[in-house]
Parts: sequence; structure tokens; C-alpha cells
Amino acid sequence: MATKDNRQFLEFEKPIKELYDQIAQLQHMAEKNPKVDYQASLQQLESQIQEKRKEITAHLTSWQRVQLSRHPERPYTSAYLKRMTTNFVELHGDRNVRDDKAMIGGFALLEGETVMFIGHQKGINTKMRQLRNFGMSNPEGYRKALRLMKLAEKFNKPVVTLIDTPGAYPGPEAEERGQGEAIARNIFEMMKLKVPVICVIIGEGASGGALGIGVGDRVFMMENTWYTVISPENCSSILWRSWDQKEKAAEELKLTSSDMSRFGLVDGIIPEPFGGAHWDYDQAAATLKTQLVQTIRELKRLTPEERIEQRISKFSQMGFYDELPA
Amino acid sequence: MSQQEEDFEVNLTGEEGQSEESKTRWFKRIKKGIQTSTAEKKEVPEGLWTKCPQCKYTCTMLELRENLFVCPQCNYHHRIESSEYFDILFDNKQYTLLFDNIVSKDFLGFTDLKPYHKRLEEVWKKTDLKDSIRFATGNVGGSGLVVGVMDFEFIGGSLGSVMGEKIARAVDYCLQHHLPLLIVSKSGGARMMESAFSLMQMAKTIGKLTQLADAKIPYISLMTDPTFGGVTASFAMMGDLNIAEPGALIGFAGPRVIKETIRKELPEGFQRSEFLLEHGFLDYIVDRKTLKERIAQSLMLFAH
Repeated sequence: MATKDNRQFLEFEKPIKELYDQIAQLQHMAEKNPKVDYQASLQQLESQIQEKRKEITAHLTSWQRVQLSRHPERPYTSAYLKRMTTNFVELHGDRNVRDDKAMIGGFALLEGETVMFIGHQKGINTKMRQLRNFGMSNPEGYRKALRLMKLAEKFNKPVVTLIDTPGAYPGPEAEERGQGEAIARNIFEMMKLKVPVICVIIGEGASGGALGIGVGDRVFMMENTWYTVISPENCSSILWRSWDQKEKAAEELKLTSSDMSRFGLVDGIIPEPFGGAHWDYDQAAATLKTQLVQTIRELKRLTPEERIEQRISKFSQMGFYDELPA
Repeated sequence: MSQQEEDFEVNLTGEEGQSEESKTRWFKRIKKGIQTSTAEKKEVPEGLWTKCPQCKYTCTMLELRENLFVCPQCNYHHRIESSEYFDILFDNKQYTLLFDNIVSKDFLGFTDLKPYHKRLEEVWKKTDLKDSIRFATGNVGGSGLVVGVMDFEFIGGSLGSVMGEKIARAVDYCLQHHLPLLIVSKSGGARMMESAFSLMQMAKTIGKLTQLADAKIPYISLMTDPTFGGVTASFAMMGDLNIAEPGALIGFAGPRVIKETIRKELPEGFQRSEFLLEHGFLDYIVDRKTLKERIAQSLMLFAH
């Protein structure tokens, strides 16, 4: 999480930046004039920031929601794991090709219970972003995820996946090694996993790359995330034949957490701190943790057969069409 | 085959585009409903000539049709439609259409350059198709089979709610009648105008396929030119047998996207059936002329 001095602000977050600038000015003046008490003014500005954060997320367009999901300071998988769990042991590799750095996973304790966590991982700086391939997995990432899910199943541990990807990597090697097959296989195996499976979109939920670790008994979206079949940019480029319609595409795609929840395509929304998860990692992680613990408890009341049947039936009901009289 | 390189994403918009596909399509739609029934097909004037997009071999439509739309000279497999596959596969061209009353609906009110419902109306008017996949059942080499075939002409054979629902019902039908399933894929990927609903069809169809797998009923996936995106990353790659026609482009990401990612030209033969066979993702490649025979043979081996 950024300190107050090096925060980055999105365009619509600029009013907050102005308040921060005012605070900095006041602090500067306070140093110069130790006799004057600026405390009240500072407190007032702090509470104005709180208000602004609340105000901003209350009226966001779909595209702004997408921007928040990609905020440079947004918490990624490992930031959540660090705050929600203890004893995280990262497990590497698909036992076949290599270790995909865009997908991480391993056992950890969540409230004293072992859970298998799997998630896309983005980098926190330029160097790490490259290492993590911007959160775009290759087939070996999906196959590592599957290996870890099967490991969890073997030892009867619940699986939690944290989804945050701009898409599965569209490279020639990914094609050679069967990106499509890897995603399809994961969907197939996740449908039949005997242990409870919970999936959470914590950032970007782009298409097959997200769904490749996205089949669960419960699928949640963090408040300021998106999940759909294509990114607004690519949708614009294909359907509008131009890169300039991403805002419009975002609106048309109805990709926000409230849209997805309204359609019944996800099971719930996990609220974020005012202004977005990047303002308070601890609070974001605490809310997510509460939801996970509670949901795992709920799912454990069902037998594996019941869970699998309900999982398949849930996805089988998705879709809209008309039926003409035969 | 480089001339065949195309942007099937354009087809996902439901437009004709300037691709090779639209140029080779002229002979198909010169008369409306030309593919709908065998009876009508015979009325196509025999004098009509057609040129192979690969080797430029020129022959009559009749000759090409008798050759199952495979170029007599270079074996190029022309794209054909569901009714043609049904005729090729089913004994005596006898089959019963299934779930043909399910049609798409613009539930989201999705509008890009034109509204989705308008695109649907246009393609309904232009073709005799109701959506991008048709299912039928009948006998193939004497034993029963449920066959689904995509129509590329219908918004690029895109995967939307209707395709998902038809596949789900086909699985139920197979379970009920204990019949194997064959899906012939030919699709640019998910139907963007149905947004996340189209994405979820990947999970829906695979969820149903797990039930078919549990019942130990064979499912054969035949991939034809082109098979991409959400279709590849779901049921098309999950066959007990994954097979393909020669030279078909098959992949997850389209060649244009990959080229933009690496800023390099792609090697000759990249993402073709032969490439997939070489990399271990296909069981075998099948010529259209022996398709029926090979399918019947494979099913016989499962049954005995």
C-alpha cells in the first residue's frame, strides 16, 4: 500500500489529491509556525477525504469501475494472502513445463484451517509486472492451478481462487502448449471437485482467463471489479472497429459487480473500503476473510455430491433465449 | 495457405467483412435456401463454376458438391454448413432436427454499431438459420448418433446462450436415449453481444459434459475451419476424441491478436490442424471424404 506521499491518483480521484495537497501545505505551514494550531483544520481535511472517497465510488461509470479494478495501487492476490492467512507455503510448478509466475498458489491457514489458495498474481512495479506477465497466465499456470486443486481434493481441503487477470496470455507458445485445452480442462475438473470451491474476482475478470480458475460453489466479486467475456478495449476494437469506444463498450457489456449480481451470474458482492480496496488493504482483506470463513462453513454442511450437483445445476441455468412454439 | 488468413473477429460482428471467406461464399448464396434441402440443391445450374481459393482450380459446382466441397485437385476443404454435414453423416441423409425452436434474444439490449436484436433480425432474414448451431439425430453407419453442427454464417458461429442451451439439451437427450454425441465446431468464439452470459456458456456446456462423461457415453469433437476462443477453451477441446478436418485453423487466441502481442509474423502452418496434431491436441485428422466412415468406426470401437 502506498504511503501518503507517493499515492497515485486516477483522473476521477483528483478531488482527493487536492485535499491531500492541502494537508501537505498545512503541515508545511505548521512546521514553519509552531505556535499556530492547525490540528482542527487538518482533522477537517481528513474527514473531507473520507467523505470524498465515499462520494466518488457512489457514482462511478462502468469504465471508471474498470479503471479502479486496474488501479496501480490495488491489492493483488499475495497482498490478500498476507493479511488473511498465516503459514502460507507457496507451491510451484505444473510438473511438466515450468513454473508460471502469473499464477500462484499454496496451502495456508485461514482461521486455523488449511485452505488451498490459488490466484493470478500481478506485479507491483515495472520489473515485477514483467516477471508476472501482467497477470496473464500461460497453459502451465492453469495446469499448476489444477494440480494444486487436485492436491487439495486429495487431502480434503477447501479451495479458494482469487481472480485478477486481463486475460489468458495470447502468445504463440501458449497456443503450442494448448491454452484452450488447459482452460477447458480446468473448467471440467473444477465442476467435479469434491471439496468446497470459492472463487473471488479481486480485480479484472477477463474472459476464459478468469473462468479457467472461476468455477465454484460460490463466485463472488469484490465491489470495484469487472467480469465478462472480453475487455472493453478489445470489445471496442472488434465491434466498433476502433479503440475509442471503450467507455461505451464497458457500459454495454454490463460488466460491473452489481450488473453481474443482478443477472445471477455471480453469487454476491464483497464490499470494499470507501474509494476502493487500494485505500485500505487491511479492511479489504478483513471483509474478504469474513466472507470466506462464513462461506466455507456453509459449504461444508453439504456433501460433496450435493455440492457438485448444485454447482453444475447453477451454471446450467445461465443463459437467455426464447422458445418458439414447437 | 496464407491467402486464407483472415480476421474471424470480423465475422463475430455478423458482417460479411473483406475476408477470403466472403469471396469464396458467392456460390453458396446465389439462390436463397440453397443449402436447405437435398431436393433444392439439385436445381443449382450445373454450369456454375467455382474456383478453389487455395490452388485456383476451377470446376463446376456439381463436381465440387459431388466431392463434398473438397477441392478435387488440392484437397482444400471448403467451409460448409450444418445441413451439408448432416447429409454427409447420416445414413440415407435421414435425420430429425432437435431443439430447433430455441432462438436468441437481446436480453441485455446490447448496442454496438447496431443493436443486437437488429443483427439477429438481419441474419434471420438473410439465412434460413435460427442460430449458430443445429442439432439432429439419426443413424450413422447403422447406429444412432446425436450431431450438432455450427453455422459460421450465423454471427460467425458464435457461442451464445442458444448454443449453450442446445448443447445442454443434447447432452440430456444423449443421456436419456443412451446415444453418443458429435459436435462439429466452426466458430470465431463467444458472442460478445451476450457479454458474460456468453462466457458462462463455456461453464454450462462443460458442466453438462461431465454428466455425459459420468455416464460413459462417448463424445467426439470435430473441429473445422475456424475454431477459436470460447469454443476451443470449452467443449471443443473436451472430446473423448478430438479430431479435425485438414488445414483447419484452430486456437484460443486469433492469429491477429497473437501477431499484435509479439509483433512478429507467425510461422507457416501455425494453428493449423496438422500443427495441433503435432503438439498433441488432436487424436487424428480426418478427410471429409472419409469422415462418416471414421466416425462410424470410432463409435463402433467404443461400443464393442
